[in-house]
Amino acid sequence: MAKTRFAPDRGLTARMVITMVLLLVLYLVLAGALWLLFGESGSVLIWAGLPMLMLWGQWWYSDKLALAGMRAREVTPAEAPQLHAMVDRLCALADMPKPRVAIAVTDMPNAFATGRNPDNAVVCVTTGIMKRLDERELEAVLAHELAHVGHRDVTVMTIASTVGVLAGVLMRSVAWSSMGRSRDNSAAAFLVVALVGIVVYAVSFLLTRLLSRYRELSADRAGAILIGQPATLASALVKISGDMTRVPQKDLRAAEPYNAFFVVPAFMHGRRDLGALFSTHPPLEQRLDQLARLSAELGRPTG
Amino acid sequence: MGLLDAFLGRSKPRGPNLDAVFALPNAALTLQLGGGYRPTGFASVCYREAEGADFDRIEADLDALLARSSPRRQRDAYGYTWLVLHRPGDDVAGLVTDLHAAVSTLQAEGFGPALLCALVGFVDGAGHPLGLVYLSKRGTFYPFAPAPAAGVEQRDSARELQVRALLQRELPFEPDLSRWFPVWGAPGLTG
Repeated sequence: MAKTRFAPDRGLTARMVITMVLLLVLYLVLAGALWLLFGESGSVLIWAGLPMLMLWGQWWYSDKLALAGMRAREVTPAEAPQLHAMVDRLCALADMPKPRVAIAVTDMPNAFATGRNPDNAVVCVTTGIMKRLDERELEAVLAHELAHVGHRDVTVMTIASTVGVLAGVLMRSVAWSSMGRSRDNSAAAFLVVALVGIVVYAVSFLLTRLLSRYRELSADRAGAILIGQPATLASALVKISGDMTRVPQKDLRAAEPYNAFFVVPAFMHGRRDLGALFSTHPPLEQRLDQLARLSAELGRPTG
Repeated sequence: MGLLDAFLGRSKPRGPNLDAVFALPNAALTLQLGGGYRPTGFASVCYREAEGADFDRIEADLDALLARSSPRRQRDAYGYTWLVLHRPGDDVAGLVTDLHAAVSTLQAEGFGPALLCALVGFVDGAGHPLGLVYLSKRGTFYPFAPAPAAGVEQRDSARELQVRALLQRELPFEPDLSRWFPVWGAPGLTG
């Protein structure tokens, strides 16, 4: 490994691993429960098959779906030479294959990266973000997005969300099969299973969001380290976060499903205190704190 | 980056790989004899300047270390810094030694991951510039030849491929053509 000035953030890695282990445990519990309930008849495959297939499709076609959803268009180097040159250089710095580059025509200042693996990745910026940020800040945002690509965040978050999907399967299948039965004891048993399903679903939802926030912090960190300018990323985040609250509501709501890949969330649920638990992105202060720490690590003389 | 690191969200910054630069003096000779390109005497190292006072000190150290190549620094439009070195005549070996010294210094100070590329400038009989770009992370080279037409940013791909064919046996070329990114107006290309 190359010598660098940045100490690894073991705390962040540890928290992320714990979250992933908890999700895995939930996953095993769910898969086991589903198997016990429906394994004999084989109907579990039918119940779980379709949702899993849809999830797989969302992952496999994530680049096309996200681009279509944002009405973004892939651009060639001739169409957007500046943007391509930035991505070229960042990829050479990070030693990663160059993703495709797309632009979405919307005033909402944002950027996202998607695609099932680094070879099929695409980074997209909106015209709004290009208008608001200067070149250095835009580059910092691109570095954050490339970090998402390098960290395979689309794959990680898709795997993480299987738990929630399976919990949904459990609840639905219980609801359906209990309709055909009238015996009291089995009704009670199914009620218990349904409750377990609801609890698991809620917990897995919170864990997935938590994991998402950790991945954002990781991407901030890696992006800032890549360009050697944590302060530039910080100023970009401040600029677009401030702007995010002023853009029209209608546009924002339409964009909400793609939140997971954005550099800043387009839509905030509820208030900050409770909302923090449910949000896909860490609060701005936390991101700025981390960047300030990185900045301090950079300036420290090594002698 | 390993898959495990990817899933743990900790990308390890990639340091430079300098093994191949010492093949440059010989390649320069072949380029002169076989292609009619002579070295311009200019070379440059491109890096991403980090924020903080310590980096300023390192840059001052570099200036002192490379005094024989009369170093100067130039910021490009993308926020990268090019450290341009110049040696009179065709002293490619001297340039390469100083390139290596500059990169080693940055690496020793912990800024190895900030290196983007290095470039050695050549010019053919008709005065068309050619840059041999060294991708320091990959340890590979690629040629960059701007087309002669003035005012248009277009690459002379035919010339680039000729140079690759000429030097294929001496230098490791970057196999992934999508990484041959253009360096328009790069300091050190023409001086």
